[in-house]
Amino acid sequence: MDARIAVFGGVYSNYLALEQACRDALARGAEALFCLGDLGAFGPHPERVFPVLERFGVQTIMGNYEESLWLRRSDCHCGYTDPKDNHFAQLSYEYTALHTSDAAKDWMGTLSRSLRLDFGDRRLLMAHGSPRRINEFLWHSTSPAPFLSRMLDDYTADLLLVTHTGLHWHRSLPGGRDVVNVGAVGRPANNGRVQVHYALLTWCGELRVEFIPVDYDHHLLAREMREEKIPLEFVETILTGWWTTCLEILPAKERASSRH
Amino acid sequence: MSRCPGEGFPVVPLLALDTLWFQVAGTLCNLRCTHCFISCSPHNHSHVMLSLSTVRRYLREALALGVKEYYFTGGEPFMNREIFPILEETLLQGPATVLTNGLFLDARRCARLRKLDDGSEYSLDLRISLDGWGPDDHDAIRGPGTFERALDGIRRLWSAGLNPVITVTELAEGVASQAGRERFLLWMRSIGLSKPRLKTLSLFRMGAEERRQRGYHSWERLDGSVRVDPEGLQCGSGRMVTSQGVFVCPILIDEPSARMGEALGETLRPFSLAYPSCYTCHVQGVTCRT
Repeated sequence: MDARIAVFGGVYSNYLALEQACRDALARGAEALFCLGDLGAFGPHPERVFPVLERFGVQTIMGNYEESLWLRRSDCHCGYTDPKDNHFAQLSYEYTALHTSDAAKDWMGTLSRSLRLDFGDRRLLMAHGSPRRINEFLWHSTSPAPFLSRMLDDYTADLLLVTHTGLHWHRSLPGGRDVVNVGAVGRPANNGRVQVHYALLTWCGELRVEFIPVDYDHHLLAREMREEKIPLEFVETILTGWWTTCLEILPAKERASSRH
Repeated sequence: MSRCPGEGFPVVPLLALDTLWFQVAGTLCNLRCTHCFISCSPHNHSHVMLSLSTVRRYLREALALGVKEYYFTGGEPFMNREIFPILEETLLQGPATVLTNGLFLDARRCARLRKLDDGSEYSLDLRISLDGWGPDDHDAIRGPGTFERALDGIRRLWSAGLNPVITVTELAEGVASQAGRERFLLWMRSIGLSKPRLKTLSLFRMGAEERRQRGYHSWERLDGSVRVDPEGLQCGSGRMVTSQGVFVCPILIDEPSARMGEALGETLRPFSLAYPSCYTCHVQGVTCRT
């Protein structure tokens, strides 16, 4: 039987893009919507994300942001190793923590860390960073097929969906298995375009993976970010499509194609 | 140190074999750095160069084990005449990083590296070591003229379209602080690296460095009561292949008891943090990975 789902990566408080992505996915015939976590960061008004998730019935799992907010940690446990990356991550986290209610933080603790379902003849597994670590970065150029195959073996899955890096990719593995990083719906993909992306998965006897670009009112988001005194580096990313922070974590190939 | 691992030390399980190191140049190097923790030199044959056929054998085993990434070090990897075919075969199955002093990076080699990178879906990274802000610091450690020659190599890589990671040891004044790091990034931009990539490294008080400054104090050890995080320690996710077999990590290849086996499959067991350098890794959160 044919099936179609939409999967959103890091929202990063970009409730405007999330809403557009939900509408777009439903218009394309998605029967279920999923979000892989990191609802906050970068953007303004983190609590505006929750009503969108509820209105569109988006099934959400826990990202490192939700885990940290729920546990009332002092930082996001994003997994950066560079001090400058951590500096900007800390600014994002403190803003998000300050503007997220205790009730919402408690709700985040109820989210599951992974989600399994059957999708066509595939055993589908969703996780935030990876099934083994919530803040693991799975980049395209440093996640080779043998490594991903081992991960699928370890977690008895045929199709793995993750986010956390903010960059979308799809790798087909031997034996008819696949790993998809769904990218981020909250931040452009460091490609000089202001659209954000989500993953649309279709089962029609075989798996089809599409990354759907989404236009939204990014000028409005940028204005709200400025009003909230969010670092201008983050605003620039929204307006230009190029990342200005968290670049040190990028592997060589991904960094080569970035502007900064 | 020749102390054997045993009771009374923290034990680190191998969570997964993600990172495989190759001591591809053995302990042979064109330089004789005064801080080298394994005392590499033109005449140190403790570990000899790895051949393509040896690397190939381990790559096959790594493929079956699902290794995530590969690192090549020495000594100086570009002294190994088979380094290019070794990298070519590695890049068929995963990302590769080469740690080099940059002195062999002429235009022809840089062009070959670029071609290898273009031909792979996986990242090829070059990491070049600097030991200070200029020739005064760097050359005192590495020898006369080496700073300018390393800089030439960096520029040639950049011209070839490759963006190396600059590794700087804590010997570079102030670089361990946030302000010093920012200053170093600015300096990297000033030499033309518009997208600077920087890694700072701690020193291990062993090998040549033990003679240059000092060795470990007796209290610089981990005892069994210390809680260690396997995810934060490179022995929790990596192993090192040398001509003498597979060692626990890149630091301990001169410790016979840190040799864990001949094949990778023999080395997947836990390891006791019985060595003073384990103290550095734990306390300073050191990883040799980028």
